[in-house]
Amino acid sequence: MFRDAALMAGKDLRIEWRSRVTTQQILPFAVLVILLFGMALDPDRGILARASSGLFWIAVLFCSLLAIQRAFTIEAADGGRDALRLSGLDPAGVFLGKAAAIAVQLIALEIVLAMGVVIIYGARITGFPLLLATCLAATAGLAAAGTLYGVLAAGLRVRETLLPILLLPVLAPVLIAATRAFEAALGGVAVEGWPWCGLLAMFALLYLIFGTLAFGTLLEES
Amino acid sequence: MTTPLDASALRATTGSRATRLLGILTLAGMGLLVWCAFWWSPPDVVQKDAVRLLYVHVPTAIVAFTGCLITTVASAMWLRRKSDGWWLLGLASAEVALVFTAVCLLTGAIWGRITWGTYWDWDPRITSTTMLFILLVGYLALRRIDGESGDAAQRGGRSAVVGLLLFPNVLIVHFSVDWWRSLHQTATITRLDPTIEGAMLFTLMLGIVVFSMFFVWLLMHRFRLAWLDERVGALGLDDAIRARRAEAHPPTPEGKS
Repeated sequence: MFRDAALMAGKDLRIEWRSRVTTQQILPFAVLVILLFGMALDPDRGILARASSGLFWIAVLFCSLLAIQRAFTIEAADGGRDALRLSGLDPAGVFLGKAAAIAVQLIALEIVLAMGVVIIYGARITGFPLLLATCLAATAGLAAAGTLYGVLAAGLRVRETLLPILLLPVLAPVLIAATRAFEAALGGVAVEGWPWCGLLAMFALLYLIFGTLAFGTLLEES
Repeated sequence: MTTPLDASALRATTGSRATRLLGILTLAGMGLLVWCAFWWSPPDVVQKDAVRLLYVHVPTAIVAFTGCLITTVASAMWLRRKSDGWWLLGLASAEVALVFTAVCLLTGAIWGRITWGTYWDWDPRITSTTMLFILLVGYLALRRIDGESGDAAQRGGRSAVVGLLLFPNVLIVHFSVDWWRSLHQTATITRLDPTIEGAMLFTLMLGIVVFSMFFVWLLMHRFRLAWLDERVGALGLDDAIRARRAEAHPPTPEGKS
């Protein structure tokens, strides 16, 4: 299973590396989103610095939608999904591999966004370990749930519009928990960050387990 | 359960003796509830007459969450058995639950406006009920697409997985919102206050019973309607299916939906 996962993740990341869609389209979009937030909310009144953790995670959420859709579009052409089904790879491995590839892209995205938030919004990082742990746990949750709902919507004519309505309500707990934990790490509000980080880890674990079990059924149908 | 071969074999009604009896009981119960809620029970000391809204609000909330649970159970059962009944129950239950969620949100907003002076507050229950509403809308949107894909053997896995996750997701959302908001406030409105007693408690309990009956009545009708819909769809295909069966070939597996 893990060998299949590594194979799958390697394939997806190689395609991304060669096509440069993540770096040339999704990443600039992420930067654009935080710039647009800055234009919408008056930069002089200090709202940006206070709201930076929320804005950061909203931007990540939107970009993850793009990344997830992209992860399943690459197999849409030339009967790629049929080939995947016939390849004999363990569906659980395919799920973990795709989730891992999405997670790697999201981590790269979050690094750039975090720099943007620090530079453009003037946020100050005080708890670095918490920040790192939150990023990892939230990204695992986003990637796991995203891969599960992504394959569900893949192959449908209305996938672009269906995925957000299915996925975003499910990701609401991730947004809440990651924002709270980030607020603690950015020292803005006196909240305890680690319990929220635990909630994120639980969410990720639940979806990883469920996805590993259910992906076979969904891959057959997509 | 047999596949009818012509339209006359279909009963073109969703009513039966059971639903008629249940309908009459529900109607009578509604009448009693209206009387209890408006005339018999006294106004609340704090909330005044606004408390009467809760006799609808609380039952609809309970029924909506129950409907959501039924959809999850039906999805799980469909994944095990792959029988049409469970597939249709998931749809019927989610649709009826959506209506009750809407009524719950609406009555809650009106109640909030009177009592708190605002239609919306970031109360954990309001927030998670709204999320339930959106989750149900998403599920039904997917159901619609899955339903249109035609082939009964092919369809369903997608909706079933989303349906299966429906109630757990509601729980996760509720838990996280509850935790988030509990940092700011603890009092919730819909908690069954143990201090509530007498006529008010009875009216509330009556509301829960009556609305549960109403839910079951709607669910039965909606389920039968979906069942008839299925059969009508099947009738049009009957000739083609019989012709294919006559060829006595096993159906070739087609991987596309």
